[in-house]
Amino acid sequence: MDGKNLSLFKDKPIKVLLAKPGIDGHDRGVLVLAKAFRDAGMEVLYAGLLPTPEEVVDTAINEDVDVIALSLLNGAHLTVFRKISELLKKRGIDDIAVVGGGTIPDGDKPKLEKLGITGNYGPGTPLSTIVDHITARASEARSRKMQ
Amino acid sequence: MDGVKENYWENKLSEFREASGKKGDLVGKWRKDVLEPWNSRTKYEDREYSNSSNIKIDEIYTSEDLRNNFEDKYLGLPGSYPFTRGIYPNMYRGKLWTMRMFSGFGTPEDTNRRLKYLIEHGESGLSIAFDMPTLYGYDCDNKRADGEVGRCGVNVSSLRDMEDILSGIDLGEVSTSMTINAPAAVLTAMYIAVAKKQGVPLDRISGTVQADILKEYIAQKEWIYPPEAHLRLIRDMMVYCTKNVPKWNYISISGYHIREAGSSAAQELAFTLADGFHYVDMGIEAGLDPAEFAPRLSFFFNSSINFFEEIAKLRAARRIWATVLREKYGVRNERSLYLRFHTQTSGYTLTWQQPLNNIVRTTIEAMAAVLGGTQSLHTNSYDEAWALPSEQAVKVALRTQQIIAEETGIPDTIDPLGGSYYVEWLTDRMEEEAFKYFSEIEKMGGILQAVKTGYIQKEIAATSYRRQIRIEQGKEVMVGVNKYVENNEKPINILRISRKAQKSQISKLLSVKQERDEKKVKEALSELDNALRNPEENSMPYIISAVESYATLEEISNVGRNVFGGWKEPILV
Repeated sequence: MDGKNLSLFKDKPIKVLLAKPGIDGHDRGVLVLAKAFRDAGMEVLYAGLLPTPEEVVDTAINEDVDVIALSLLNGAHLTVFRKISELLKKRGIDDIAVVGGGTIPDGDKPKLEKLGITGNYGPGTPLSTIVDHITARASEARSRKMQ
Repeated sequence: MDGVKENYWENKLSEFREASGKKGDLVGKWRKDVLEPWNSRTKYEDREYSNSSNIKIDEIYTSEDLRNNFEDKYLGLPGSYPFTRGIYPNMYRGKLWTMRMFSGFGTPEDTNRRLKYLIEHGESGLSIAFDMPTLYGYDCDNKRADGEVGRCGVNVSSLRDMEDILSGIDLGEVSTSMTINAPAAVLTAMYIAVAKKQGVPLDRISGTVQADILKEYIAQKEWIYPPEAHLRLIRDMMVYCTKNVPKWNYISISGYHIREAGSSAAQELAFTLADGFHYVDMGIEAGLDPAEFAPRLSFFFNSSINFFEEIAKLRAARRIWATVLREKYGVRNERSLYLRFHTQTSGYTLTWQQPLNNIVRTTIEAMAAVLGGTQSLHTNSYDEAWALPSEQAVKVALRTQQIIAEETGIPDTIDPLGGSYYVEWLTDRMEEEAFKYFSEIEKMGGILQAVKTGYIQKEIAATSYRRQIRIEQGKEVMVGVNKYVENNEKPINILRISRKAQKSQISKLLSVKQERDEKKVKEALSELDNALRNPEENSMPYIISAVESYATLEEISNVGRNVFGGWKEPILV
């Protein structure tokens, strides 16, 4: 990339894929986040309900998003979030950041962090905290995209 | 008559405009002579107050705020039309509400133990929660079920699991509520099959299935087929049970999930009753008499934290249901006009931060439910923002109800807030807001249409976002979350579900499949397939045969998937 295109790329809004990658229809939080991310100037894609981990990863790659933001409230985060990070690794993707949230017990957070899944915010987290975190992770992902 | 029907909602709204009380001389004079001088002397600057329904709340209410003829026309007495004060003449003096704690997790054996524990501790009705694979019609060995078996409720993959859940419990003696929607007909069929095995006649079993599929498309988002297909299956269950299982409440019309999905109290009221009217229309279309089947419909509401708003909502619900069934549907039998409802305290208001505070929130919400005249109540446990409740937390929640029932004197008098200017005015406002939505929904072509286009879902999402922003701005307080915050929150002991449930369920399913008669299964499923393809046929007897052949939940659901296809919701974001 030459310098000019690079700056164009830098100015492009952060692109986030929101997904609930399990059999879990509790979408109140994810719909609030979609609006909040949009109000924060991000481009937001929502994977709809009940996507499989494979579908989430396919969409993320095809749409070239910066961040995948996962939400689960059904207790299956360790199984399902892990699958997504493994699928990304298998396909050699390191320039898409993965963040998580939902009802995630403290004890599970280090396990998710180890997989590169950060945030893992629970109920009552201010939207600004989540937006800031996504922004930081997106800029890391961007810098890897530009390498 | 048609003309009357067409304008029914608008006519009702005009009743509010004509008769709505306006603040007049009494309060006007008081404000000028007493309040304003006081405020200016104490340097108090008034601000605007409003509730979840965005209704502006005044500092005081008096008789000036009530409608003309209020007592005779809109209030009445308990057990009398329009039932604002309660459906039974003696309310809690005659019978306390049923303390019905929702439970279910892990394996059927785990849930069986929990149900027996609750029975021993004085619980008067059973309530079963199912896990996500069950709610979506997948067996425990489906790839999609990985990690979710037994997590949010108990797993049921075949009749064997239902037998294990209910083992040692006499179905003639208990009433069981099953929170199941998309596969409601299949789970009802399993319950019927267990009763038959126990030798309990079908007219003695009693219980409730949720089977409110409209609110699934609105809020909880757990469906298998397109709306019309699910509605047909519910119709079949209504018709079958009306004839054969007279104590089975086949739809629990639910506002709970609508509220949890982010609606206001008024939206919960409006969308839930609009769903209810749709089921009434459906029953009539199937040839049932509303006076006969309306008593088999019950309701399920949320009780949230704005105390008086919740009480007003519950009182308004009773009045709307009775009024509309009588005026619009011509139901004359008084008992058929009763709106009976279950209440659950709000999950959304529970905070992850400082979880013991949740006991207080739940207590206030439970009091609102009782003052609103609920027939049964589930109180949430303080640790539910963290995980499924631990046994200790469940016990505190049950004890909360017992304290309200037996120590406080609250149930001693019927509708003790009746006649409170504020509560009566607010009950009117909730009713009026609901009628506005009914009219709007009718203009769109009915609730089914309003759901399929995403209108209802978008209304809820807008309210939910508005609330979240108000919390972020500190305009609404959540103690421990955006005010009185503590750092270094200490983790609490929570219930952990092991993956053992998944393993043992999968191996049990395998042995069920090995032991069953495959030929019988195939026959039952192919007969079900034929029945589903003929919209005139009642599918219920075929579902019961399939269940009894030990065809699995997923195999039975797949017959429907082939016949009806799936469903993608309209784009909401």
